[in-house]
Amino acid sequence: MIDRDQVLHVARLSRLRLTDEELERMPGELSKILDHVEKMDELDLEGIEPTTHVVELQNVLREDVPRPSLPRERALAGAPDVADGGFRVPSPGGS
Amino acid sequence: MTEAVRQYEPVIGIEIHVQLATRTKMFCGCELSFGEEPNTRTCPVCLAHPGVLPVTNAEAVHFGLMIGLALGCEIAPSSIFHRKNYFYPDSPKAYQISQYDIPLCTGGRLGDVRIHRVHLEEDAAKLVHAGSSGRIHGAESSVVDFNRCGTPLVEIVTEPDLRSAAEAAEFGRLLQATLRRMGVSDVNMEEGSLRVDANVSIRPAGQASFGTKTELKNMNSFRFLERGIEAEVARQEQLLAEGGTIQQETLHFDPEAGSLTSLRSKEEAHDYRYFPEPDLVPMAPTEEMLVRARAALPELPAARAERLERELELPADTAKLLSFRSELGDFYETALAADSDHPRRLANWTINELTAAVGDGDPADTKLEPPVLARLVAMVADKQVSASAAREVLAVLIAKGGDPAQVIEAQGLGRAGEEELGDIVDRAIADNPDAVEKIRAGKQQAIGALVGAVMRETKGRADGGEVQQMIRAKLGE
Amino acid sequence: MSDLLGLTAATQAELIASGEVSGAEVFEFWRGRAAEDDLGAYLWVEEETPADPGRLPPVAVKDLFCVEGVPSSAGSRILEGYLPVYTATSVRNLQEAGAAVLGKTNQDEFAMGSSNENSGFGPVQNPWDRGRVPGGSSGGSAAAVAAGTAPWAIGTDTGGSIRQPASLCGIVGLKPTYGAVSRYGMIAFASSLDQCGPLTRDVTDAALMLRALEGRDPCDSTSLGLPEAVTLPSAERLDGLRFGAWGLAEEGLDPGVAEVCRRTLDRIEELGGGVQEIELPSAGHGISAYYVVAPAEASANLARYDGVRYGYRSPHYDDLLGMYENTRAEGFGEEVKRRIMIGTYALSSGYYEAYYGTAQKVRSKIAQDFAAAFEQVDFVVTPTSPTVAFELGERTADPLAMYLSDYFTVPMPLAGIPAVSIPCGLSEGLPVGFQIAGPAFSESRILDAAYALERTIGFEGVPVP
Ligand SMILES: [Mg+2]
Ligand SMILES: [Zn+2]
Repeated sequence: MIDRDQVLHVARLSRLRLTDEELERMPGELSKILDHVEKMDELDLEGIEPTTHVVELQNVLREDVPRPSLPRERALAGAPDVADGGFRVPSPGGS
Repeated sequence: MTEAVRQYEPVIGIEIHVQLATRTKMFCGCELSFGEEPNTRTCPVCLAHPGVLPVTNAEAVHFGLMIGLALGCEIAPSSIFHRKNYFYPDSPKAYQISQYDIPLCTGGRLGDVRIHRVHLEEDAAKLVHAGSSGRIHGAESSVVDFNRCGTPLVEIVTEPDLRSAAEAAEFGRLLQATLRRMGVSDVNMEEGSLRVDANVSIRPAGQASFGTKTELKNMNSFRFLERGIEAEVARQEQLLAEGGTIQQETLHFDPEAGSLTSLRSKEEAHDYRYFPEPDLVPMAPTEEMLVRARAALPELPAARAERLERELELPADTAKLLSFRSELGDFYETALAADSDHPRRLANWTINELTAAVGDGDPADTKLEPPVLARLVAMVADKQVSASAAREVLAVLIAKGGDPAQVIEAQGLGRAGEEELGDIVDRAIADNPDAVEKIRAGKQQAIGALVGAVMRETKGRADGGEVQQMIRAKLGE
Repeated sequence: MSDLLGLTAATQAELIASGEVSGAEVFEFWRGRAAEDDLGAYLWVEEETPADPGRLPPVAVKDLFCVEGVPSSAGSRILEGYLPVYTATSVRNLQEAGAAVLGKTNQDEFAMGSSNENSGFGPVQNPWDRGRVPGGSSGGSAAAVAAGTAPWAIGTDTGGSIRQPASLCGIVGLKPTYGAVSRYGMIAFASSLDQCGPLTRDVTDAALMLRALEGRDPCDSTSLGLPEAVTLPSAERLDGLRFGAWGLAEEGLDPGVAEVCRRTLDRIEELGGGVQEIELPSAGHGISAYYVVAPAEASANLARYDGVRYGYRSPHYDDLLGMYENTRAEGFGEEVKRRIMIGTYALSSGYYEAYYGTAQKVRSKIAQDFAAAFEQVDFVVTPTSPTVAFELGERTADPLAMYLSDYFTVPMPLAGIPAVSIPCGLSEGLPVGFQIAGPAFSESRILDAAYALERTIGFEGVPVP
């Protein structure tokens, strides 16, 4: 179960602005999915280790050898707002 | 207020972020940046383009292992990276790849301070204030530079073992000297390659449990760290004395104003939603990796200080200075290898005369060779040259190099002989009857005038103590 | 030249090799076909024939593969117009093997969906019945191959996104072992599950393409490649091989689909294979585990779409928070937002253990189930999809019903093992897919078995008008 306040909280954590319609719809919709998901609690998971990686690999490391960086024009080419050779954003904390 | 100060005991733990001196970034092949033009050290990986994947830098792991071993930590048989999720323009993926509950190293100790953990992570980008932007109706805007983004970091966290601001700063300096000695980082606080945060709380003396702690962020020198902690301890004491309670918060110390400001944002409390980084596999240091890391460890400052004190009987402060500034210690020990007769005198010359000349620089960068310093110090010890003349010789050797004997010869700085000195002393006695009178009347300070006259005459080629003795002898004192 | 249309990629490669037709002619032919696509299968088609198109026919590439200088948006408005500065390793491997990029195919946004209705650029129609979905998320790739607008294609499979659309479109789709093919340059959905694989007209083409795709990539720490070179399938019989059938008694399974799959089991026996029912006691919880793990990883993988460095930025904002929230709210579609919400919730403080931690344990249980099964049998076989292609719009109002489309395909990626879907017949005039799964790195054996079956089934492709 997930209620309206939790939906709002999670939307904020996810940086998603919800419309009124979405805010109306989502608690029920997500609760239904979560109810189904919670059925996994039926399994006996006592003593079972969680899977974090399905491949049995370790120590995959890269030699400390430089590779060419992008020319700045290319790095900035797709940016929505560019200024002073960088990516412009509204200042954090300011408005 | 004084009462309160006595009642409370500060409890301090520190967290240090160290930029590692690898060639490339933590998870991509971009070279590390040293003041290049913004956004010229980036690639799809460190700009978090769609579809990219991180690959761990082997050298960063090696440095992490060296640090763990240097601090006597336990190295995890297998450690993993997590994603630490947060939105901020300095974080292109909106998560930092960092180690969480299974770090590379745990436990350990440096000096009297226990180390809680040592882990690897990546640095964030830099935000530069760009003033008002017309585009957003005069709103303030910033520009993001991703050159620093992805620089390998090691985070070192201590246990809350420090009990004063001075201890915290002292520990910080020892850690800095240790890391510098290992060559794993530039450890430059002003440039941000070493960044210190402090967790500060106070508790009634004798109480075992901890009070609520606050976090002091990013002090860019150990002096400011010390002052910041002092200010925060005082603030907490006053707050408690007034019946208030400490809020858990993050504070910024302004060294100019000496003030503390809360950085608490109006955002919701942080919820980093850590989970294991699926794009990376576990790091399980092999015996080979550990052997290599161990072999790369030089003698560390604490051990060196202890050795210099024990083997050469140097005073603790001298041994510590030679060890904390390893370039001085290295110069000293190289000189000592050439002539081991005067360890203490050579140490004094190194930490006093040599540092007076080179400041924070490295004496190895001057024209002076370590064995030459040893020879000069030996000549002082053998009274072939006075201390003050030797200082002049040293200045010449640092600037131009060469041999001390030749410099002495060329500049006529050889020590005044017994006979010559005797004549000069006689003349001084004859020329200063007033002073002689006063000395005879018991005014011992008056001897200074006679010594001064002799020293002027010899142009520093005599030793003050000896001159004084000779004057007393001649006056029958 | 229209006779290329009925040929497999392998046969076309032989024609190029023998000099009967040039690589450029083959490319030109398929470029023309792709340009005529009217199913919504393509988002971009190459306009120029490359100077040296290579010795394999060109390949249609799912939109979420980055190709340098080619629009690559993962089916999302938030990446509309994004031009990658690099090419995915899998695509480069294909190019180096001689297969040029023909075009970018439509898909569910960020691979989240089972019907291709979640594309930011409109749905794809199933060439068997234009009123029906092609499946998803690699719906454009499946529809293009089935409709003959591409000789073959690549897609990605996270919970069934290659196999389920292959099944619904009547073609072959292979999800390799996790780690067999590099993920570098594949726009991430769920990093611990995503794998790239072929969508082809027949099993031989799948093997041929896998041979080019697989390999350890220094840019992907989780990649291994396959331990042995992929052999082209040649088996005619299934003597001595044991097939464990799972899921034919499941409630949600369409009776028509069950019937066609049972007939396929009979054919296995006719070819000398042994068939037995097996239990995978935890696999039924695969959907639950999947809809925690995949959204959780996606919530982090999709956090980078913030309007700062590339892609869409909302024009409506007056501070940083507003820029983030509006950019993402306007740039992402409904299903993507829904999954980001579920994933964020599942990882958030206080819920991690109950959801993510538990789901990762369910994964371990499912992997144990498969390991136990492979003690008894060589392959696990199931229907690929519980139903044939459903009607456009039929499941969009009910996300959970849509999620259950992946019931049979989700357990394999959760365990990291390979599986292929081959067409095994028709139900109600629509193709039915049959899934063969094997232990990790058993691709060549799976493809061999699939090849033998394919020959006896003799499935005819989509009736081209
Ligand atoms: Mg940190
Ligand atoms: Zn980079």
